[in-house]
Amino acid sequence: MNENLVQIQEFISQPWPWWMGGVVIGSTLYLLLKFNKEFGLSANLRTMCAADGAGIYADFFEFDWGKQGWNLMVALGAMFGGYVAANYFGGDELAHISQATINTLNQISGENLLTQDNVHIVPGRDLVLGVGIPEFWDLYSWKSLFSIRGLIIIVGGGFLVGFGARYAGGCTSGHAISGIANMQLPSLVAVMGFFAGGLIMTWLLLPYILRITI
Amino acid sequence: MKLFKYIIIGFLFGFGMWKLEAVSTFRIIEMFHFQSFHMYGIIITGVIMAIIITRLFKKGRIKTSHGEVHQFPDKSHEWMRYILGGTIFGMGWALTGVCSGMMFVLVGSGYTVFIVFIGAALLGTFAYGYFRRYLPH
Repeated sequence: MNENLVQIQEFISQPWPWWMGGVVIGSTLYLLLKFNKEFGLSANLRTMCAADGAGIYADFFEFDWGKQGWNLMVALGAMFGGYVAANYFGGDELAHISQATINTLNQISGENLLTQDNVHIVPGRDLVLGVGIPEFWDLYSWKSLFSIRGLIIIVGGGFLVGFGARYAGGCTSGHAISGIANMQLPSLVAVMGFFAGGLIMTWLLLPYILRITI
Repeated sequence: MKLFKYIIIGFLFGFGMWKLEAVSTFRIIEMFHFQSFHMYGIIITGVIMAIIITRLFKKGRIKTSHGEVHQFPDKSHEWMRYILGGTIFGMGWALTGVCSGMMFVLVGSGYTVFIVFIGAALLGTFAYGYFRRYLPH
């Protein structure tokens, strides 16, 4: 019995193929629609602002946020999911990216720091999971936060994501999945915006931001 | 508890996204360099499943748990907001390699520094709410 459980754990711990995306996203959307809800995680940010009393500063936050509790539970569940996946089903804890991407990343850092064996899913040295990452790629740790580069990446990125998601009226789940599935042209335009912004950042700005050494 | 089922749904989503490596900034960089099909595969299969499921709900072939036909809200046709807001979101997405769903998964997996990321995202959301009447929509 115990042996079987270990086998199941090892089976799940393997890297998942891309088509599992359809299974995961499909079942998430199915269950939420079944319970008469919408799939859109960035709406939680508005709810949290409203719950903290932002309604007195802007009427955008004056809505019945008490009814949004279910979505906060989805976010809480996603946290648990991340915890269990990382700690019990992590496998080799590596991002199995292509050699071409590793070459690109090494070009950015100017040294051959990354190989197939040390590209951790989350580059940050705070956890044992990411401890093997070279210092240049130690992006998501508290130590990194107290550098100019880390501040731009963590605080700047967070601000843009929060601002942009509400400005566009949705994020990857709300527009790219729910909106496109419902044949909403606005969502398609928003997703084209996501990619335009992503390409501008990745190609024109990110290499220089990553090379900031302070 | 009525809300408990949503924790389960979130759990499935967060667990899956971690195992699919969609939480990884390296996967996002790879995607924007068009160096692998992986992320596109996730999005494309996800969208195909979502289209089928949405159709079945829209036509009433699948009913909600209350036995009703799910009502889908239409998005407003304010094009500027989708172009500008979308581009800003995309820049943040690629800068950190994290979107608004993945930030919760990452905090849960133990990278507590993402609490600061969520805090910054809240600040960004607040800034939008505060300045929205000055922004083109």
